Amino acid sequence: MAKTKKLVQLSPADIKEELLKKYPPKVARKRAKQIMINEALENETPTEIVANVRTIPGIITMRGCTYAGCKGVILGPTRDIVNITHGPIGCGFYSWLTRRNQTEPGPDGENYMPYCFSTDMQDQDIIFGGEKKLEAAIQEAYDLFHPKGIAVFATCPVGLIGDDIHAVARKMKAKFGDCNVFAFSCEGYKGVSQSAGHHIANNQVFTHLVGENDTPKEGKYKINLLGEYNIGGDGFEIDRLLTLCGITNIATFSGNSTYDQFASAQHADLNTVMCHRSINYVADMLEAKYGIPWIKVNFIGAEATAKSLRKIAQYFGDKALMDRVEEVIAEEMPKVKAVAADVRTRTTGKTAMLFVGGSRAHHYSELFAEMGMKTISAGYEFGHRDDYEGRQVIPDIKVDADSRNIEELEVTADEKLYRPRKSADEFKALEEAGYKFKHYDGMNADMDKGTLVIDDLNQYEADKLVEIMKPDIFCAGIKEKFSIQKLGIPMKQLHSYDSGGPYAGFKGAINFYKEIDRLVGSKVWSYMKAPWQTNPELAATFVWE
Amino acid sequence: MLLRHTPKDVVERSALMINPAKTCQPIGAMYAALGVHGCLPHSHGSQGCCAYHRSTLTRHYKEPVPAATSSFTEGASVFGGQANLLQAIDNIFTVYEPEVIAVHTTCLSETIGDDLKQIADKAMKEGKIPEGKTVIGAPTPSYVGSHVTGFSNMVKAMAELGERSGKKNGKVNIIPGWVEPADMLEIKRLAAMTGVDTTMFPDTSGILDAPLTGEYTMFPAGGATVADLRGSGDAIGTLALGEWCSADAARLLDTRCKVPCTVLDMPFGLAATDRFINILRTVGGTTVPDSVMHERGQLVDMISDMHQYFYGKRVAIWGDPDQLISMCEFLVSLDMQPVYVVTGTPGSRFEARIKEICAGQPYEVKVRAKGDMFLMHQWIKNEPVDLLIGNTYGKYIARDEDIPFMRWGFPILDRQGHQYFPTVGYKGGLRLLEKMLNLILDRKDRDAPEPSFELVL
Repeated sequence: MAKTKKLVQLSPADIKEELLKKYPPKVARKRAKQIMINEALENETPTEIVANVRTIPGIITMRGCTYAGCKGVILGPTRDIVNITHGPIGCGFYSWLTRRNQTEPGPDGENYMPYCFSTDMQDQDIIFGGEKKLEAAIQEAYDLFHPKGIAVFATCPVGLIGDDIHAVARKMKAKFGDCNVFAFSCEGYKGVSQSAGHHIANNQVFTHLVGENDTPKEGKYKINLLGEYNIGGDGFEIDRLLTLCGITNIATFSGNSTYDQFASAQHADLNTVMCHRSINYVADMLEAKYGIPWIKVNFIGAEATAKSLRKIAQYFGDKALMDRVEEVIAEEMPKVKAVAADVRTRTTGKTAMLFVGGSRAHHYSELFAEMGMKTISAGYEFGHRDDYEGRQVIPDIKVDADSRNIEELEVTADEKLYRPRKSADEFKALEEAGYKFKHYDGMNADMDKGTLVIDDLNQYEADKLVEIMKPDIFCAGIKEKFSIQKLGIPMKQLHSYDSGGPYAGFKGAINFYKEIDRLVGSKVWSYMKAPWQTNPELAATFVWE
Repeated sequence: MLLRHTPKDVVERSALMINPAKTCQPIGAMYAALGVHGCLPHSHGSQGCCAYHRSTLTRHYKEPVPAATSSFTEGASVFGGQANLLQAIDNIFTVYEPEVIAVHTTCLSETIGDDLKQIADKAMKEGKIPEGKTVIGAPTPSYVGSHVTGFSNMVKAMAELGERSGKKNGKVNIIPGWVEPADMLEIKRLAAMTGVDTTMFPDTSGILDAPLTGEYTMFPAGGATVADLRGSGDAIGTLALGEWCSADAARLLDTRCKVPCTVLDMPFGLAATDRFINILRTVGGTTVPDSVMHERGQLVDMISDMHQYFYGKRVAIWGDPDQLISMCEFLVSLDMQPVYVVTGTPGSRFEARIKEICAGQPYEVKVRAKGDMFLMHQWIKNEPVDLLIGNTYGKYIARDEDIPFMRWGFPILDRQGHQYFPTVGYKGGLRLLEKMLNLILDRKDRDAPEPSFELVL
């Protein structure tokens, strides 16, 4: 391969300085707090990072908006709710089938995923208000489809012109009687990123859907899988493993989900949280109202998957389940290990950079570690400090002016339905055995000392970082993909998986190993220079000589 | 069935848009701005729009699409986004060093009424725009028109740079409209073959079809330069390809700089290309060379060779007005039947134009401006077609109804190569024929009973 061997002689502090050098002073000061050199080793106080703050105008951020976090991420994947975007056409159009939330339509066959519904606001709606049009649109959706639920999503102008979407939703819900209509005030300008949209979605799903179905659910070891969106079939693979183990998944929030799953979530006995950022609010509220405890799990990486399955089994404390989990792991693991061993001969020692939304930058470092690869820099678009530093810093987080208007729901124990899932003694015993509820250590703890943790990475820093550190692979999203590849560095999308996947669970690990092996080993990276560029002598000879 | 909830019975809707055949203005402005050399598009709104527009363009081109945003917060949304834009201009020129920033707006900044001109003037006064650098701007409210309108508005902002020096430069302005980089290249090639000296804007060739070399530059060689845009005021004439995409800019140059303009159809298909070449040689005062005649003859030859397979085929087609008009004319000229024609972009002239093109044909044409793909699918369920032509979203209908599907238009998210191979001009006509024919013949091969499965077609 023609690529020059990397020469990383710069210290992390030098690299940080290099990234900041070109900025105007105010920007440099702000970015300095969002770029940290990781210290996360035992017995050292981790450095604080600034996260979840407003984006610097003009910096070319990777971030999206609140609407994307609410409609695009959380509610988008539910197949039997008609999601109506109240706004001009763009928001609905761009969130139409562009996240790869795979869906199995199920026996009832209700599936609105391939559709885009919008009120397509026009200038007269901006001037005179769009409530009437929204009402008519809900009516038309109801008449055409008779869905179980209709959800309405506000976009930027809706808040400004003062359309009361919640009043319209209440009115229509009362009118229909057999269709739940509810609305989300997820205007794009709220908060500073997609994150505010997650929170708004969590609140409304909890208020309008969770607990609606009081028929108990059949099955043993009932859990909910929170914050798993079935990108490229991840959720299918996790469900396959849960089923093999005999664990019942009541509700996934919200990959391949249904209205009824949300409505029945209170019947579970344990909440398992995949994506902490997007769904920790629901996890907390389910605990407060119904007494369902939550644990952090991770099904990205074979070791992480095994660990998470064991963690679920340990919670239920049933020998039969624990044995079954071990059997499943013993059955699945050898295939994974065989592929890993093969791939590692080519990937060991290679380096990766991960800049993804709010959880994958952490989760995927496990998969890279299994391939003998090092994560040398990572960060989130919209993670909060707790996603970086762990939940113990939550009491210290100050909500700033830009996020203050995101509603915090006050949830109290339900008089009838609150039920502690274990006795105080049982909880104590688990905790004494090292079991951690409501616990997340964050990404930094798993990063090596001296690695760079960067929040809200922008185009300039991405290009600079790649230029200086020359990673063997860079992971981010579609907007970043092609500029990184122009630099001759393999790029893996960890939002859309570049149409691949699943990457979760055991089968996912195998897929991922093979994919990364293919990417970093591809011959294409040796084609960038033409022969006359590397060997520019002038004399010609005949090829047959 | 993917679209299993689409009923056969058509009930007219007044409020609910389902599966739109359009998107919103700013993405068009962003695409147009990328056709200016050294230009960074800037979205004055909350950052979600910018992320969505960049993502969609990137998925279509499989190329980097840089663009910045004012990143409105709730505060700015209430009190105005001036501070955000001023800060953005400063940061962009310092960090990314473009020659030009092309600002467009979103429904957010339009609803609150931010005045781009006033903010740009303030930036100039405060010295935030370095010497020799340019900021242009276009209002692009998402609740008016469609992405095509946004494209047109940004092209108009480019034409606003046109200046009259008092001396004509002997060039012809070509405003190509929203076509692929390869189409822009092809139009330039045809003009050069015809011996006409042209200025094209916007011009995304060289920018959204860049090579992989191990180096990344945000501003590749290519695009209309600011000097080109200023010089457009001295041209001997302007050819605006597409009423919806290009006419406003051409008329502006006519009014402001007295550059006479002709609004033409986009040169898709035989007749529209003929008209383009004919006007080009008239304005440029040249003779059409044999090489162009040769290409034209090849296209006619292929039409005659393969006419039996095109004849009578029913087609459903959706997309943007300018492209649809020329394409429908081409289909009719092949004796195909464009029976369902849908655009999401408003404009009453569209329906009239399509009806005019199909006048006298022995079949009914259903045409709808401000329509959507849900309605078109319902029409198909009632009376099927032999071929679908449109953007990627048609694949759901194609699969459900088992209809051959030619991807053409914007966006194409699931195939590659469209930015490299033109569909304008005579060469582009050949490619369109080849693509359609392959689909029709593949289907024939798939469905033919074994005894009538043939080697030679």
